[in-house]
Amino acid sequence: MNPPPARSMMPSLILNTATRYLMPLLVTFSIFVLLRGHNLPGGGFIGGLIAAAAFVLYAIAHHVAAARRALPLDPLQLIALGLLTAVSSGILSIVAGEPFMTGLWSHDPWPVLGAPGTPLLFDIGVYLVVLGVALTIVFALAEE
Amino acid sequence: MAATGVHVLLLCPVLIPLLGAIFSIFGWNRRRYQRTVLVVGMALLLAAAVALLRVVSAEGIQSVQVGNWPAPFGITFVADLFSAIMVLLGAMMGLAVAVYSFISIDVRRESFGYYPLFNTLMMGVSGAFLTGDLFNMYVWFEVMLISSFVLLALGGERAQLEGSIKYVTLNLLSSAVFLAGVGILYSVVGSLNMADIARLMSARVTEGIALTIAMMFLIAFGIKAAIFPMFFWLPASYHTPPVAVSAIFAGLLTKVGVYSLIRVFTLIFVQNPGYTHGAIAILAGFTMICGVLGAAAQMEFRRVLSFHIISQIGYMILGLGFFTPLALAGSVFYLIHHIIVKTNLFLVSGVVHRLQGTYQLKPLGGLYKRHPLLGLLFLIPAMSLAGVPPLSGFWAKFILIREGLELRHYLLVAAALVTSILTLYSMSKIWVEVFWKDKPESRVFGGAPIAHRLPRIVWVLYLAPIVALALCTVIIGLAAEPVFALSLRAAEQLMDPQAYIEAILGGG
Repeated sequence: MNPPPARSMMPSLILNTATRYLMPLLVTFSIFVLLRGHNLPGGGFIGGLIAAAAFVLYAIAHHVAAARRALPLDPLQLIALGLLTAVSSGILSIVAGEPFMTGLWSHDPWPVLGAPGTPLLFDIGVYLVVLGVALTIVFALAEE
Repeated sequence: MAATGVHVLLLCPVLIPLLGAIFSIFGWNRRRYQRTVLVVGMALLLAAAVALLRVVSAEGIQSVQVGNWPAPFGITFVADLFSAIMVLLGAMMGLAVAVYSFISIDVRRESFGYYPLFNTLMMGVSGAFLTGDLFNMYVWFEVMLISSFVLLALGGERAQLEGSIKYVTLNLLSSAVFLAGVGILYSVVGSLNMADIARLMSARVTEGIALTIAMMFLIAFGIKAAIFPMFFWLPASYHTPPVAVSAIFAGLLTKVGVYSLIRVFTLIFVQNPGYTHGAIAILAGFTMICGVLGAAAQMEFRRVLSFHIISQIGYMILGLGFFTPLALAGSVFYLIHHIIVKTNLFLVSGVVHRLQGTYQLKPLGGLYKRHPLLGLLFLIPAMSLAGVPPLSGFWAKFILIREGLELRHYLLVAAALVTSILTLYSMSKIWVEVFWKDKPESRVFGGAPIAHRLPRIVWVLYLAPIVALALCTVIIGLAAEPVFALSLRAAEQLMDPQAYIEAILGGG
């Protein structure tokens, strides 16, 4: 049997440098995939996974504690925030006088986004939940 | 279709626990805050459930199309009287057990997500009662089951894990059968909306296939409702988690199975009631007898109660088996009675455990002398469970047995009566062992920790839900007439699927 890996991960110059360039790229790509999702392949779920991959890469290159610091919120809070965002996209329809979760669409195009609607808000919620769940699991396993 | 207040109200039983779960995740590890969120949420849920029942009772079946996709393409939420009653009972138990869990759940479980899970469990239960879509019902079942898996295993005690493995395995099997049944039904009918399926069933499905699918649903919901011969997971797992968890499981989870059985076998599978409902009646007979005999053999407080859940499930589906409005009214009445009483008995067993440190009947004793009030509070639900007049259980059994005699199902009536007597035997066994006899010398059984004196606030929080539920039992017993009238109206709605179909699909 091999000895178990040391608690602090091995510092690797190549990985560290690569991560510095890859991470912003991955996070940007995840947001691109999220926004692309309504009519084309993509969406909140896959976007969230890509974003999670970025932070996991960061955790491998530096340390789990560093990755936690890099994250603006605790992964658990991300889950709650994502759920709240998703639910509020449904509640907005109630406020607008339609049944729960009816899609509301903006009539005027916004820059970059096209004509967004509440489904986008829902997808952002999914993105945050997936990011939060994936990181909760990965961080917990890595910190064991 | 504009969203009126009723539409919002119809979604409240799902949205309130969901928001409760979200806000308690925000305050992870902040116990006092999570408790406040839970108790406020459950109180709001109860208020919404009362309001919903009033609306449904006054204005008939209510439905809303989530996302405004017209039925049968979107997901329908629908409340008839039966759903509304079940949601109300769920909310009552949620509030009672929430208060009870503040003093009975240990800090470790609280900090590992007990409160968010309790909320999601309640969301799954309410969702299953309110959905009008078969696949959506499967989803709510999963929400409820996944929460219950974690609640059951939370704490990681050896017995808990053993119980959880049986519980998870059997329930996953049941979910798989359920899902397969839904898939086959969809392939032949082409719809998942229950009202739409009911409308198209006789035109599109041949009798043999309908029967096959009906049996798949009977197995799937039968496992969840713990009917004969698929009940053995229940007594193997319900006595292992903390008592607050046992109580909410005992009160609600198997009843969701019973609800689904009643729903699909009054709405969808009604082509050949002689066969399907006859089979259900026979299974009901076996369920009653097996459950009560199992209970008679047990010498552990919560195991006795767990086996009695099974025997009582028998009564509930007996009414479905008879398949007349009066018998179904009996089933509904029985559900109302049973959910309150059974939850209450589990709550009492928790107090006994707190006082004398064990659930085994042999080393317990002498509680009546020290805590006469607790004895009385046990006696009310226990006698009600056994069907002693004038408590609620008497009327519930009376309706079913009378209808059984009318229909000349003498064997089943005999089974119901025998079960009732044996229930009385079990309850008096607990009474004698726990409350009446003197406490045996503790050295014989090993010294169990005894805490006769509990702080006043602990007593209040323990007894408030127990007293409230006991009062409900007494009130239902004394004012059986209005409750029965409500059950009968719910049953008549169930027996008339056309009204349900029209409420959802319009008068087509």
